[in-house]
Amino acid sequence: MSFDVTAIRKEFPILERKIDGKPLIYLDNAATTQKPQCVIDAIVDYYTQCNANVHRGAHQLADEATRRFENARDIIAQFLNAKARHEVIWTSGTTESINIVAHGLTKLLKAGDEVVVTAMEHHANLVTWQQACLQAGASLHIAPISDLGELDLDAFDALLNENTKMVAFPHVSNALGSVNPIKRLTQKAKEVGAWVLVDGAQGAAHGDIDVQDIGCDFYAFSAHKIYGPMGVGILWGREEVLADWPVWQTGGEMISRVSYSESSWNVLPYRLEAGTPNVGDAIAMGAAIKWYSELDQAAVQAHEKALMMSATEQAMAFDGLRIIGNAHHKVGAISFVMDSGHPADIGFLLDRQGIAIRTGDHCAQPLMDRFQVPGTARASFAVYNTLEEVDALFEALRKVKTMLA
Amino acid sequence: MSLPSTTEIIEDLEFFDDWEDRYKYIIDLGKSLPAMDDELKTELRLVKGCQSSVWIEPGEAGDRMTFIVDSDAIIVRGLLALVMAAYDNKTAADINAFDIDAYFSELDLERHLSPTRGNGLKSIVARIQAMAKAAL
Ligand SMILES: Cc1ncc(COP(=O)(O)O)c(C=O)c1O
Repeated sequence: MSFDVTAIRKEFPILERKIDGKPLIYLDNAATTQKPQCVIDAIVDYYTQCNANVHRGAHQLADEATRRFENARDIIAQFLNAKARHEVIWTSGTTESINIVAHGLTKLLKAGDEVVVTAMEHHANLVTWQQACLQAGASLHIAPISDLGELDLDAFDALLNENTKMVAFPHVSNALGSVNPIKRLTQKAKEVGAWVLVDGAQGAAHGDIDVQDIGCDFYAFSAHKIYGPMGVGILWGREEVLADWPVWQTGGEMISRVSYSESSWNVLPYRLEAGTPNVGDAIAMGAAIKWYSELDQAAVQAHEKALMMSATEQAMAFDGLRIIGNAHHKVGAISFVMDSGHPADIGFLLDRQGIAIRTGDHCAQPLMDRFQVPGTARASFAVYNTLEEVDALFEALRKVKTMLA
Repeated sequence: MSLPSTTEIIEDLEFFDDWEDRYKYIIDLGKSLPAMDDELKTELRLVKGCQSSVWIEPGEAGDRMTFIVDSDAIIVRGLLALVMAAYDNKTAADINAFDIDAYFSELDLERHLSPTRGNGLKSIVARIQAMAKAAL
């Protein structure tokens, strides 16, 4: 297989859009990626051909919808190399996935227990544990990072002890692009018997994931950051752990037997999927993962690496620009600040030139405080971006610099 | 404060037809907006946008309402200068009577007043309008 970025771009109708008459250059992929036609078609097809509620109807449409829905679960299970399909739980996204685990954990923690996260968390993987700890009287510990934006491994190890019940960290930092050594971190956390959750929101679209190889207990990610629709995501959990994890929402689908005085819970995956699921988007997520998995992964990674390298080289050569996060191993995103202006000014003046990036705190306020910046400008890449677009970004940044001078 | 009036601003901006000149003008306005003392930039005066922050300190001069405003982003400072041209050192009745949306559309800058921009400008305008209403 080979990799043809021009052909891939043709699959994304939105890339033909113009912004104020200029061709759209979309470099905000860490916020959400665009969707290929096959994913859009999957949604339309579902609603035009087989919309029905799953697992319950006694009719053909319900059978078809259920089959497609469960088939999408199989695609995800295969993508993650899960041991069993019922380890894959549909959620509304990474945030909900983490909340399900944190909600259960609140019931399992006692005073004196400890939870460890890192200094590079998205709020979704910080506030959740912070609140669980506050409720349970447990304590939250933050593994520090270096000025390069790499996790301090010795300090991380030193935080682990027999009281550590949960360890959570991002696969890839959304604000810095740093890739964490998730397998090593998991091993260390397992040595003290802690549960491990990997926030895969930024990791899923940038490399091979093998949850069995990682050895973690939970892996969370969102469809919309990997070419799928918004409003759907995955909580993968190891069967032994998920089977008894305290249930989250209660209601239909998740029960096996109900009387007026008590209820018993359904088996996995249904016990953690209360209510009617987001069937159409789940099916479209399956289509997205299938589409993505069928790309030549080595070629995709080489292409994205070339984009990152070009961006990093040009950023380093740019007078008055400072990269925030210089980890040795980075994917997907480059964050920076400029002497000549606030990130909001940079973002705005790029937008006027048709270039979409993200500016602000990236839902990581403590991390911005750590680097003593009010926020950063962040360009983030996907398979359909080109080296010419990276050049255009820096050309536009030169204009920004002149305008703000 | 030597900031231009709303009519002068409308005339000035009409003169430019390319976006770069228009925004350079706004950036220059932002540079000439007097800065707020750093001690005044407290939580109490802060209107936090998710992109940039804006501070406001209301005051009065006789029957007129005055405002000191600032932002950490220069374009927002420029836009604040446009807002100040309309609101600063005016009576509550003047402020109430002024159609800020029409003014921003006339400047072709209405996108900055959209709540999705997250620059705090919309909240500042709403705050000033509420203060003026309460003072009537
Ligand atoms: C690292 C990380 N974790 C969690 C999230 C939350 O994802 P979602 O908003 O899709 O639930 C994001 C999204 O930006 C993220 O980048």
